[in-house]
Amino acid sequence: MLSFILKRIGQSALVLLVVGLVAFSMFRFVGDPIDNMLGQERTQADIDRLRTQLGLDQPFPVQYYKFLQEAAQGNFGVSYRQGREVSEIILERAPATLELAAVSALIAIALGIAFGVYTAIRRNGFLANFIMSASLVGVSLPTFLIGILLIYIFSVELGWLPSFGRGETVRLGWWTTGLLTESGLKSLILPAITLGLYQMTLIMRLVRSEMLEVLRQDYIRFARARGLSDRVINFRHALKNTMVPVITIIGLQLGAIIAFAIITETVFQWPGMGLLFINAIQFVDIPVMAAYLMLISVMFVVINLIVDILYAFIDPRMRVSG
Amino acid sequence: MTEPILSIRNLTVEIPTRHGIFKPVENVSYDIRPGEIRGVVGESGAGKSMTGNAVIGLLDPPAHISQGEIWLNGRRIDALDPEEKRRIRGKEIGMIFQDPLTSLNPLFTIGEQLVETIQLHLGFTQAQAKARALELLEAVSIPNPPERFNQYPHQFSGGMRQRVVIALALCSEPSVIVADEPTTALDVSIQAQVLDLIKKLARERQIGVILVTHDMGVIADTTEQVTVMYSGKVVESGTTDQILGAPTHEYTKSLISAVPRPHEKQYRFPQVSYGGRETVFKVEDLARNWPKTQASSSGKILSVQGLTKRFVEKSSIIPSRQTYFTAVDEVSFDIHDGEVFGIVGESGSGKSTVARMIATLLPVDGGKVMFDGKDVTRLDREGQAWYRRQIQMIFQDPFSSLNPRMKVGDIVAEPLLHHKILPRNQVEARVRELLDKVGLASDAYRKYPHEFSGGQRQRISIARALATQPRFLICDEPTSALDVSIQAQILNILKDLQEHLGLTMLFISHDLPVVRQMCDRVGVMQRGKMVEVQETEALFSAPEHPYTRELLNLMPRLAQLSD
Repeated sequence: MLSFILKRIGQSALVLLVVGLVAFSMFRFVGDPIDNMLGQERTQADIDRLRTQLGLDQPFPVQYYKFLQEAAQGNFGVSYRQGREVSEIILERAPATLELAAVSALIAIALGIAFGVYTAIRRNGFLANFIMSASLVGVSLPTFLIGILLIYIFSVELGWLPSFGRGETVRLGWWTTGLLTESGLKSLILPAITLGLYQMTLIMRLVRSEMLEVLRQDYIRFARARGLSDRVINFRHALKNTMVPVITIIGLQLGAIIAFAIITETVFQWPGMGLLFINAIQFVDIPVMAAYLMLISVMFVVINLIVDILYAFIDPRMRVSG
Repeated sequence: MTEPILSIRNLTVEIPTRHGIFKPVENVSYDIRPGEIRGVVGESGAGKSMTGNAVIGLLDPPAHISQGEIWLNGRRIDALDPEEKRRIRGKEIGMIFQDPLTSLNPLFTIGEQLVETIQLHLGFTQAQAKARALELLEAVSIPNPPERFNQYPHQFSGGMRQRVVIALALCSEPSVIVADEPTTALDVSIQAQVLDLIKKLARERQIGVILVTHDMGVIADTTEQVTVMYSGKVVESGTTDQILGAPTHEYTKSLISAVPRPHEKQYRFPQVSYGGRETVFKVEDLARNWPKTQASSSGKILSVQGLTKRFVEKSSIIPSRQTYFTAVDEVSFDIHDGEVFGIVGESGSGKSTVARMIATLLPVDGGKVMFDGKDVTRLDREGQAWYRRQIQMIFQDPFSSLNPRMKVGDIVAEPLLHHKILPRNQVEARVRELLDKVGLASDAYRKYPHEFSGGQRQRISIARALATQPRFLICDEPTSALDVSIQAQILNILKDLQEHLGLTMLFISHDLPVVRQMCDRVGVMQRGKMVEVQETEALFSAPEHPYTRELLNLMPRLAQLSD
């Protein structure tokens, strides 16, 4: 078990190194940073001085090593556009994205599993068929369109919910939260649904097909032959077996929720990291882009590491063969 | 005579289909008395399992009971509502399924599964239920119950899992147990232990047992009463001695004659002729186009020397902490031109691993495999291609050894195309000829594997194996998944192949009577070692190694069978 976790951590480190390389390459290949930093009226002497000062005259591996060293301490340099520490900007924006992602993930997982189990058990029921058909809409409509539709219905026509922004926020240390104020919660509803809808349908369809597969297994037949009630069979025996593969996908999708947040944040002008990233792309603000890239990959890697460990907790067969 | 505890009266099960109503069980009646074991025998599709499912109320819709009555302890149970039926299941009627590997939920400890069932039926507290669970594990002879209680199913061997399944079926002292092929997936020695356990429990606890099986040996050893079923109907019922010794119905007679006899060697397997399903296999035609068999230089086509295979049991980053499991340990034997060499042994003895290494499907960890004087474990690409044309394999499971997405014609054509044996435009003609020769109709070419029965699929496997005109055929349990009647057909085909085409065969099986009929010489494997190699008749009449004697002793006697 320990060697299994160590191996996974080793693999995670490798993934981060590779992403770091990609992030770092942006500095070198997406425009010359010197050009970006110095104004129109520069001399060759200015350029050379800055180049030495920033260490850009050193060989590539040395620069990469320095970048990693700095990145490991959370130091990604200064934003070209805002002239502030990138880590500071990111920290300021992170709570908005993380709250949005967490709420929509919660919606997606809770409703996805519930609907998935329901549609599997009532395979040919009217409501189950309706949910299945409706879920097709969720998968096939692009996120931005769903966002715009929701804004049109609930903000423009009905006027119930705000159409953009985060509402009022409360400061808790460095963290700002919108979960404690009424306007904050109201603002969260539409973006959270928009972001979670696709993941929810995906989880639901996956749970349904896995559950149908599990219900065909011999041990479910045997559980019936032992006289266990349908409730125990469905929710104890079948659901636990269903969750084994579903957890892997949920882990991957949690990462995707944070990454997909870019579109939702743009539609709702949500002041999170995704919006920050989009703006950074427009202004070729490479330090911000690199930092965002690294942050997202760290989250992906950590989530998947947790999923792998969870896997071993659920499935005893994984524990011995690790 | 005591009153029956379970009575099935004129039971008919119907399944509505697009082509009208299909009756998998028709007008079936039999009784079970306390402590009595009734065997229900017949080939697959005869309706034996369906009857068991109807009794326990587990028919999969749209199958339903359309006629007849089922009485349990003087109460009619076929017409109860689903909730009442569920309360009978597990409490008054226990069930044991065929495959112990899949009957238990892999994510719960066996203790949890036992306690759950006991609490449900008997309303015990956690502590009482645990005490009873330990008692039950003791009763089914599982060593060290307190430790085993907290283990997961994958930590048990097949035989031990079947004991757990039996313990689960016994949770609330049921009066009837439906055992559906309870030992088919187990080894001979484990099979004998499990059957003994069922016999003992039936006698001591006065439980009536319905034992559904296709194995005549199990019937002969275990049951007192037998019901023979054929295509949904009961053809004959009576005491075991009477049915096996003096069958009256034609089907029973031909079924019994098809059972391989352990005590003598016959030239051919008698086939089940009832129902007019005999198919021809035109091996003589095939022989006409077969290349003259080249004799190998030494008379020994295959020579296995010190073959060894180790698997990693516990992996570790530190090499010295890796532990290995030696699956095949220095195995040596020779196979002569044109003979059938058998390897017998229990599962886990390494017999299939030997076959895979000979076929170069697994790399060897030591030793040599000499085929016609060449060491095939160290062949270059060209040599590999040559060798793979010379040998072909037939596998146990005809369902998973054929690609379900490929048409039968393409499956048989694949080796021809891969080895570039024929120009592309002649391949179809050859494939059609092969399919015809193994007794499949001409429309088989365009069909998919799922449209065929198990026996027909095994014929497709044979056609595929013969496509490259090999000299050496490896058959790994080729009939273990088949009914007795189909088994006889396939074994006869293999015999004909050997005789008319001069094929040499390696025949792997755990079924001793079959091995006696098929093989010229036999090797016995135990825990990775070859403990004895003998001429077949010598081995069966005068076994030398104690393990061989033990295996032969476990072989069902079938003494009552009529000839």
